[in-house]
Amino acid sequence: MSDDCNETLKELYGFLDGQLSDEDREHIRQHLDDCSPCLEAFDFEAELRMVIRHRCIEQAPDSLRERIARAIEAER
Amino acid sequence: MADQATFAEQAMPLMSALYSGALRMTRNPADADDLVQETYLKAYRGFGGFQEGTNLKAWMYRILTNTYINSYRAKQRRPDETELEEVEDLYLYRRLGGLEAANLGRSAEDELMDTFGEAEVKQALEDLPETFRMAVLLADVEGFSYKEIAEILDIPIGTVMSRLHRGRKALQKALFGYAVSHGLADRPSDPDPQPVTAAPATDR
Repeated sequence: MSDDCNETLKELYGFLDGQLSDEDREHIRQHLDDCSPCLEAFDFEAELRMVIRHRCIEQAPDSLRERIARAIEAER
Repeated sequence: MADQATFAEQAMPLMSALYSGALRMTRNPADADDLVQETYLKAYRGFGGFQEGTNLKAWMYRILTNTYINSYRAKQRRPDETELEEVEDLYLYRRLGGLEAANLGRSAEDELMDTFGEAEVKQALEDLPETFRMAVLLADVEGFSYKEIAEILDIPIGTVMSRLHRGRKALQKALFGYAVSHGLADRPSDPDPQPVTAAPATDR
């Protein structure tokens, strides 16, 4: 693993979180184009993030929607 | 100044997003209902203080979080303030990353989806100590930026990053535990050789 790999992996979450500058982003993209082990790690983390988000999405129950609509109505 | 007459139109579509967070915070549907209702009433009454054009979901999440901390947390078991143990970076990837290679024709994503079902992911998240759970929830489930999370939780951005970093690793470790207990991954042969990859971050 090169120094470049270490640097790239350190920025993994910043990259996935959309918190890097355009320049840093581009630098990482270039590295990922050339380095399949790093790309694999990035893909894995991105996919895991999607799974976590997907699994934790809830629908507010209709009964709650109605209750809140009524409560706001009563405030007017 | 936001006009109260437009509140319902703007805020009602956000209810599922707030309810998702409320459930992960309170870990209990009845409390989540009450917490979301209280949040909506407070937001309605204080809507004049919302700056039109800024992120309403973040503004309401701040109310939700403060209401939870002030009114609901006290009712529940004492927040677990135990420190998280150090977990190496890329914990799960280093243990499961090669898994998809053995399943030709299936994407890594399907593999992960199947391994970690709704119950497992929710449980792993809800088991995180509260400070870490909030950060991971806000970033990974709700998609807020570090800056927005810092404002919602009223903590510095550096603290957001430290909590996220450690919370995510702890979540990965819990998920790996499920995979092992369901026979989907091998038990680690070497009982956790933990190379210290980072100095323990000081939190708060």
